[in-house]
Amino acid sequence: MMSDLIGTIMERSAARRWLAAAMALLVAVFAFGSPSLAQVSDAELTQRIDALAPGSYADRAGAVGALVASGDPRVVGVLQVLAEGDLLVVEETGKVVYVERSGKDFALTDPLTGESLGSVPRGDVEKVRVNNSLRRTLRTAIGQLTLLSEDRGTRLAAAQSILRDADPANLQLLDESLAAEIDPAIKRTMELARAVITLKSGSDVEQIRSAAETVAHSGSRDAASILSAAMGTVPDELRADIQASIDGLARDRAVWDALQNVWFGVSLGSVLLLAAIGLAITFGVMGVINMAHGEMVMLGAYTTFAVQETIRQNAPGLFDYSLAIALPLAFLLTALVGVAIERGVIRWLYGRALETLLATWGLSLILQQTVRSIFGPTNRQVGNPSWMSGSFEFYGLAITWSRLWIVVFALAVFVALLLVLNRTALGLQMRAVTQNRRMASAMGIRTPLVDAMTFGLGSGIAGLAGVALSQIDNVSPNLGQGYIIDSFMVVVFGGVGNLWGTLVGAMTLGIANKFLEPYAGAVLGKILILVLIILFIQRRPRGLFALKGRAVE
Amino acid sequence: MISQALFRALDRKAIWLVGILVALAILVPAANLLIPVGQPGHVPTYVVTLFGKYLSYAMLALALDLVWGYCGILSLGHGAFFALGGYAMGMYLMRQIGDRGVYANPELPDFMVFLNWQELPWYWQGFDNFWFACLMVVLVPGLLAFVFGFLAFRSRVTGVYLSIITQAMTFALLLAFFRNDMGFGGNNGLTDFKEILGVPVQAATTRGALFAATALALALSVLVCSGIVNSKLGKVMIAARDAESRTRFLGYRVEYVKLFAFTVSAVIAGIAGALYVPQVGIINPGEFDPANSIEVVIWTAVGGRGTIVGPIIGAILVHMGKSYFTSALPELWLFALGALFVLVTLFLPKGIVGLLGQYRAARARPERSGNQRDAGVDPQPEPAE
Repeated sequence: MMSDLIGTIMERSAARRWLAAAMALLVAVFAFGSPSLAQVSDAELTQRIDALAPGSYADRAGAVGALVASGDPRVVGVLQVLAEGDLLVVEETGKVVYVERSGKDFALTDPLTGESLGSVPRGDVEKVRVNNSLRRTLRTAIGQLTLLSEDRGTRLAAAQSILRDADPANLQLLDESLAAEIDPAIKRTMELARAVITLKSGSDVEQIRSAAETVAHSGSRDAASILSAAMGTVPDELRADIQASIDGLARDRAVWDALQNVWFGVSLGSVLLLAAIGLAITFGVMGVINMAHGEMVMLGAYTTFAVQETIRQNAPGLFDYSLAIALPLAFLLTALVGVAIERGVIRWLYGRALETLLATWGLSLILQQTVRSIFGPTNRQVGNPSWMSGSFEFYGLAITWSRLWIVVFALAVFVALLLVLNRTALGLQMRAVTQNRRMASAMGIRTPLVDAMTFGLGSGIAGLAGVALSQIDNVSPNLGQGYIIDSFMVVVFGGVGNLWGTLVGAMTLGIANKFLEPYAGAVLGKILILVLIILFIQRRPRGLFALKGRAVE
Repeated sequence: MISQALFRALDRKAIWLVGILVALAILVPAANLLIPVGQPGHVPTYVVTLFGKYLSYAMLALALDLVWGYCGILSLGHGAFFALGGYAMGMYLMRQIGDRGVYANPELPDFMVFLNWQELPWYWQGFDNFWFACLMVVLVPGLLAFVFGFLAFRSRVTGVYLSIITQAMTFALLLAFFRNDMGFGGNNGLTDFKEILGVPVQAATTRGALFAATALALALSVLVCSGIVNSKLGKVMIAARDAESRTRFLGYRVEYVKLFAFTVSAVIAGIAGALYVPQVGIINPGEFDPANSIEVVIWTAVGGRGTIVGPIIGAILVHMGKSYFTSALPELWLFALGALFVLVTLFLPKGIVGLLGQYRAARARPERSGNQRDAGVDPQPEPAE
């Protein structure tokens, strides 16, 4: 299950990266503000673009300079295409064009206006050649145009690109744009880029020292590697200081990595908490292991799928609310199924916990096959609403929104359940039955009703978990199977009859899992956890938070 | 003392059962090998193999019955012992391939060559010897069960808790055996067997011999189980099942009784696995799947737990049903299996054998009423604690 999960996450994040790259390109090419340097007419600009083709490399460098002088944002696209060597010239007319292959011929478009210029046979066009020095000129020119752009995203991307290249030729340009920059984030990036360049090629010891300090305090993930790369070139007297900063950075990094691991652990733990908490109450109150619990989760996920399908077909505008609509529906559906199971099967098996386990296993097979017959055996696509997609960076931590919302949701469910158990009549009765069924019955509590309600509540929560899990896992008939053993482990580890036990159990297992993974690998880590739980149960056969007293024996 | 136990084991039902199994061990291979194809009475080789497989399943079900039916330990991890025995036998069969593998390496099995391993890992040493492999078939599951059971029973892990950690055990093994670097063939497991004891695995004579061996091993298991449950120890087992605390208060070391039953049961399961592997020709980590282990429970439950003959009948019936459904109505098999779980637990807690027993008891009631309860067939204990 874990590997599936990771696979999905990786797929999605890869897709997002591509999307982000495409967006950045779009921004770089089109989304410019108004030109900031000098206004030049389109005809004049076209002339200057055409001047890129003839002559030597030096002539071309001159033509690039003329284009930059125009300050027109559309030039950036042309220069980028040229740098990639994809700009072509029509031999006959000397017109510089973008081309796209269409069959045998090339379809031409005007680089400036994007107008179609018909098509020519392949032999009629030639590449505008570039060499390395021209590429450098181009990079600088593009940097110059973008660093001074009015669009914040463009400037940031340009600053980052300069930071990546760390070309001393850009130093002057950087200084100019640094003076004009007002956005603090971009300014930081530019300063870092400046420091990196100084570190690489500076000559003054004091300058290099301050540059090294800037890098060390930049908070960049690459700071340590930048400094280690610089170790070879810096003056001898600075080496010890820089080494100290590198060590300090490594320590900081370790702390952040640990925190990131904790976050992953909390995120996995809240998934486990969601899956296990319903199981924990039914087990606590009725002493019954519900093997069909995973299938309740699966039903919840399929409810989400059905809701989203309906919305897609009838009211696409509501898509962002699909989860909010699915939550109550999933709760109701699974709670009803749960009550039906309790009334139909489990109540006939009281006092025979092992038989209940078998019967619910049978029910889980039936539910799985039912869903498989209705929805098919393959994964169904459940979309993320916009507020759940994407990720953000919080200091050194990369946090995806879906994970964050699931943590929040799990805690909300936990608190809600805590309130139900401690503040309502049903909760009071449930706790009474958990502690001493016969005495509770003798005090007038209708234990069969409490059982049915508990089972309904536990199943309903599993349905809620299913809605949440549909956002991060594959929705298939086997969804529940992947969680059932983990949920058991949480319940066994945390103990029953106390929700805090489930919380502590889920979080401990989640975090332990994530901390073992780097050392042992995902699979071996999981095996270790299972072995540890098996050993743990020797020490505390009733879990961490066991009920005390004679009543439970 | 052992002869005494064996003598007691030979009560009427067990004698019948052992007799039938021995007769099958002789007659079925004979009908396959001696009666020519096409003649009435000929048993095709595939049927021999199929029923040989069923008999090894029956052995597994009997092993589970010993702990569940008689000792009240619902193990959801018995498939693990079965698979471990199977892997031990599979390792022997792999070593017998020798240089006839795809890579023609005389020392290493194909998958190790494929993974660029240079030499045989230490835990593969000795498996070229059949008797060493047989020893491991008994030792590995037995030792695992002993250690696991010792830890679990000593801490009085009982009921559903025990069921869950046995399930965790088989799940952990499943994950472990899926790993390529474990050295057990990873996902694909061990397969492509050529020879067993110098004779080709696929030959009809080998198939017949394997069938006979399985039937005889099952007969022996019946004797052992029947001997145990009819002994004084068996009575303590049943007492521990029905009222564990009371038995403990009476001075019995319940944990040791359980540990004994659990270990013996695991050994029987391991032998069943070892007999299963050469007949099906493959062993892979899928055998460790917790779902498989739970299925074993339903075979036992259908036949009737707490009886010796029940699990054998149950395993064979359920598998015949499975063969029918998966070929005729594959969509419906999981419905049928699921319904079986629910209906048997609800309406047939004593299984088919229990039903027959009830029927007989109802007919015999006018003559001898009251005290005819068979110790084995009372899985509905009064809650004593």
